[in-house]
Amino acid sequence: MNASTENDDRAGSARGPRTGRLRFRASRWEKRLIEFDGVGHTYGEHTVLSGIDLRITERRVAFVGANGSGKSTLARMINGLVHPTRGRVLVDGLDPVRDGKRVRSRVGFVFTNPDSQIVMPTAGEDVAFSLRRKGLSKKEREDRAAAALAEHGLEGYADHPAQQLSGGQKQLLALCSMLVLDPEVLVCDEPTTLLDLRNKRLLVERLQALEQRVVLVTHDLELLDDFERVVVLDRGGIVADDEPGRALRHYRELVT
Amino acid sequence: MSSPLGLYQPGDSPLHRTPAGWKFLGLIAFATVIVVFDEPVPLALGGVAVLVGFVTARIGPGRVFRMMRLLLVLLAAVFALQWWLIGPESATVVCLRLLVAISAANLFTLTTRIGDLVSAIERGLSPTRGLGVRPELLGLLVGLTVQAVGALSTIAEQTRQAQRARNATRSVSAFAVPFLVRTLRHADELGEALAARGVGDTAPEEPERSEHAPPERGDD
Repeated sequence: MNASTENDDRAGSARGPRTGRLRFRASRWEKRLIEFDGVGHTYGEHTVLSGIDLRITERRVAFVGANGSGKSTLARMINGLVHPTRGRVLVDGLDPVRDGKRVRSRVGFVFTNPDSQIVMPTAGEDVAFSLRRKGLSKKEREDRAAAALAEHGLEGYADHPAQQLSGGQKQLLALCSMLVLDPEVLVCDEPTTLLDLRNKRLLVERLQALEQRVVLVTHDLELLDDFERVVVLDRGGIVADDEPGRALRHYRELVT
Repeated sequence: MSSPLGLYQPGDSPLHRTPAGWKFLGLIAFATVIVVFDEPVPLALGGVAVLVGFVTARIGPGRVFRMMRLLLVLLAAVFALQWWLIGPESATVVCLRLLVAISAANLFTLTTRIGDLVSAIERGLSPTRGLGVRPELLGLLVGLTVQAVGALSTIAEQTRQAQRARNATRSVSAFAVPFLVRTLRHADELGEALAARGVGDTAPEEPERSEHAPPERGDD
């Protein structure tokens, strides 16, 4: 066993008992990072972000801020949905602007409104749609989709019209359609905004159970219980970057 | 709400089991024949054929009616207008043609998974790749078109409810403006979601090891 693996094993055991696969995955995200280097973004003459320098190595990171603070734009840059007009973003050493395809195969994105994310008529087809370019047979795609649906509480819904699912189920489906690709990073842009309390709890439980690195954009401070780091944005800049307790105190002072 | 095109209803009838590509070609051929005939009797026979299809696929009359009621209202309006413009016989032919063609399309969507149709179109058009055509995008276009029917029906229903809530049921702009804005926003968000799922990224990803080779054979 080399030194790196030993360190990985220690990192895994420090978090309690894990399976071999989980330990391996943990080592992957611990070594990899998301970097924002002097990032800025403007829409016309409107500056959305400016001077963002961040190095993200933690497993649970949140971007918090008022409407228009630039947090969603910042999150979208991680998988190249929005390109910086200044500076650069690197995900595991890859530039999402130039290596968008490779970055998107590693970074999943869950949007606020699942209605806009679901692109196929039935739940099973939507999950299988994510797998269409994996070179799998139809049977394999269907089997994987069914297994993913079952894993995320949607067992038996494969042939159910996606638009007729409840709000919470739709968001779980959107999550499922991303997780079936086994991304290393999951970026979630206010995924609970349209959900009631029950569905919110359901989604939060799923997110908490994920082994992936999660970057969460949210207004909902209750979601941040198990987060390691919270970045507070205001008017396009970072105003606090700390562990959740201190960062959120700063955020509350900012909005009151 | 019910959309004017039926979404897939699971089943194991011969129609369900027929490969999507062949069914799609059959639908195109059937629609072509329907357009060619301009006599009520052959059109009515075409209608009977579609009816037999619904029975074979075990799709209940309640489901069919819920799906078709909006179409029937529209057909009534078209019939009245055509009668006034070109007479009762031509009005009957036009409306029968529409009814039979749309019913056949409904039968197709009720018995075909859109994913299967997308795969069939991708495979069918793969020889055109050399001409610069991207079959995967054309297949996706068809899938999204069908999906959009449901999504736009939902937006229309929600907009109508908002219109009623503001006592503006007679105002065309109270429906048209928010419907248009929400539709455009939906298109924008859908585009972003597709980009996030790798649509538009060139070259397929490296295939994973598959138990079945070649991977797409017999997909239907």
